Amino acid sequence: MHSSIGQVVIYVIPAMVLAWFGWLAWRDRRDPANAGRQGFVARNGWPVAGFLVIAVGFWTIFMIVLPLFSMIDLSFRPKLPPPQWGGPKDFYTLDNYRYFLFGSTTSTAAWNVTHLTAFALTILTSIAITALDFVICYPIAYYMAKVARPNRLRLMMLMLIAPYWVNEILRAFAFRILFSSQGIINNVLMASGLIDQPVDFLAADVALYAGLAYAYLLMMMFALYNALDTLDGNLIEAARDLGAPWWHIHAFIAIPHAKPGIASGSTLVFMLTAGSLAAPLVLGGPRSLWFTPIVYDRFYQAFNWQQGAAYALILLVACVVFVLGVLRLFKLGLAEIAR
Amino acid sequence: MSSRSVFSALMGVYILVFFAYLFGPLVVMGLTAFNTPAYPQVYPFEAFTLDWFATLFADADMMYGLRKSVLIGVLVVLVSVPVGLAGAMMMTQVHARARSFYYLVVVSPVLTPGVIIGISTVVFWRQTTQMTGLKFFYDGTVLTVLAQSSFISAYTMLIFLARLQRFDHTLEEAALDLGASRAQVFRNILIPFMMPAIGSASAIAFLSSFENYNTTTFAILADKTLVTVLAGRLRQGTTPALSALAVTIVAVTVCGAILYEYLKRREAREADRRALNASRAELADLNAVAQDAA
Repeated sequence: MHSSIGQVVIYVIPAMVLAWFGWLAWRDRRDPANAGRQGFVARNGWPVAGFLVIAVGFWTIFMIVLPLFSMIDLSFRPKLPPPQWGGPKDFYTLDNYRYFLFGSTTSTAAWNVTHLTAFALTILTSIAITALDFVICYPIAYYMAKVARPNRLRLMMLMLIAPYWVNEILRAFAFRILFSSQGIINNVLMASGLIDQPVDFLAADVALYAGLAYAYLLMMMFALYNALDTLDGNLIEAARDLGAPWWHIHAFIAIPHAKPGIASGSTLVFMLTAGSLAAPLVLGGPRSLWFTPIVYDRFYQAFNWQQGAAYALILLVACVVFVLGVLRLFKLGLAEIAR
Repeated sequence: MSSRSVFSALMGVYILVFFAYLFGPLVVMGLTAFNTPAYPQVYPFEAFTLDWFATLFADADMMYGLRKSVLIGVLVVLVSVPVGLAGAMMMTQVHARARSFYYLVVVSPVLTPGVIIGISTVVFWRQTTQMTGLKFFYDGTVLTVLAQSSFISAYTMLIFLARLQRFDHTLEEAALDLGASRAQVFRNILIPFMMPAIGSASAIAFLSSFENYNTTTFAILADKTLVTVLAGRLRQGTTPALSALAVTIVAVTVCGAILYEYLKRREAREADRRALNASRAELADLNAVAQDAA
């Protein structure tokens, strides 16, 4: 299939969605049941109506939908020099995905072990880090929502936000100082006689995992806190009066109530971790495998944008699958978690 | 000792450990900015120095990146605050059957990894500018503003949605009944009501833009911002000048936060005073009326 077809499809889909929106509005206007109601322009006045349509239209179409569509489109195209784009050789192909699987666009003899392991490791590590962040945050979030007095709560909130004023790269840098071979952790361990050679935490990826768990903790914390904050304290009292042990209160009352918070915290932490670029660059050892630096290198080392787009799309699909999986697991809708 | 007090003691210990994890790395980094060795270390602390700050401010690339970051941050605020407001106002006006679809589209940038937003923006505008010949549009600053605004607008929209839920629509109707035009209602009622949300949305938009790396590193093309310069430096090696940068950023933000708190308190006092004056004036009016009647 020639690529010019895709170019048409990309623009036709948003146009059709807009037409659908227009048709819904037009049908409503014709509906005699709505005779007394005003139309969109009359309700807002034309200057505001114009502003709304232009701002939202430009945002959704030119900043969200079309860029995504063109990335998908590019990922199915062969690598060609720019003058040949749309030319006679520009046919859709699966070469870029084939390369991800087999490390070659022609042979399927061997798997592309480096990229496949990096991808699997990134996804599994991100899931593990998401779970770890939940375990770290839950006691604190519960304490803030249900136990702490207002003054203590305000102080804790401030102390939670303060470290995140430092940007992501500098936070990763702080972990690098901490874990480097002359760093304070090695110094303390050597001084106490536990080890006699400095441990290379960077090569062992310990620094990377500690830094990643740290990086997006706040997202999980606030998601959990917001959910637990709405839990009625009387329920906990009632359970305690009826003789429920402490873990019953958490397992059967608090955690089920916090489900939307757990889901939104998990999706955000997973997405940010799997897509993080700064921490792996700063904290990764020479042999660390993380997927986003590989995507980056497709663009700016290999200068193969088509392949880079395919790799980016694979990452995006993994994130979407994770979000859908979490929604299914917790039986929730998207609107409940994206708050 | 009862089991409850054991629990609260354990909780206290856990909270201490947690905050040590949160602040420890940053405190260590902060201290390295004031120690003399060229490799960032706290122990042994050889001598106190401020030289690393001088090194930092003499760094031409960093200062160029800083100016660029501020410029991009301001532009992102100018784009994402109006767009987010429009997105929030549109939410209740989209047809009920299309609303969840609309919500999915405008919230999706929040749930998309930043690298993908950067990549897709560059890919789209490279093709579009090549087809249309609008070469000047394919520029690091423009693309970064577009890419960052696509998800920062979603942040600001969520802030505006929360505020709009508390908007009293009878105010709007009262103004219309009194003969105000639609544009007047928007300017004199809705915007003043949204002002606190506009303030916090601007602050969040600027900060998210300023510290963004994942999206920016793709969209900035050959240009550079403070954060991309920083990332480049870290790839080459570590120096205490970078710790000095972190200390400076924290100092600036803390000053900003204190200033913000101070202005908010002063505004609250001002509002109290105005309310008091108003009630006094009202009382005086009532007295005058009462005297007239007598």
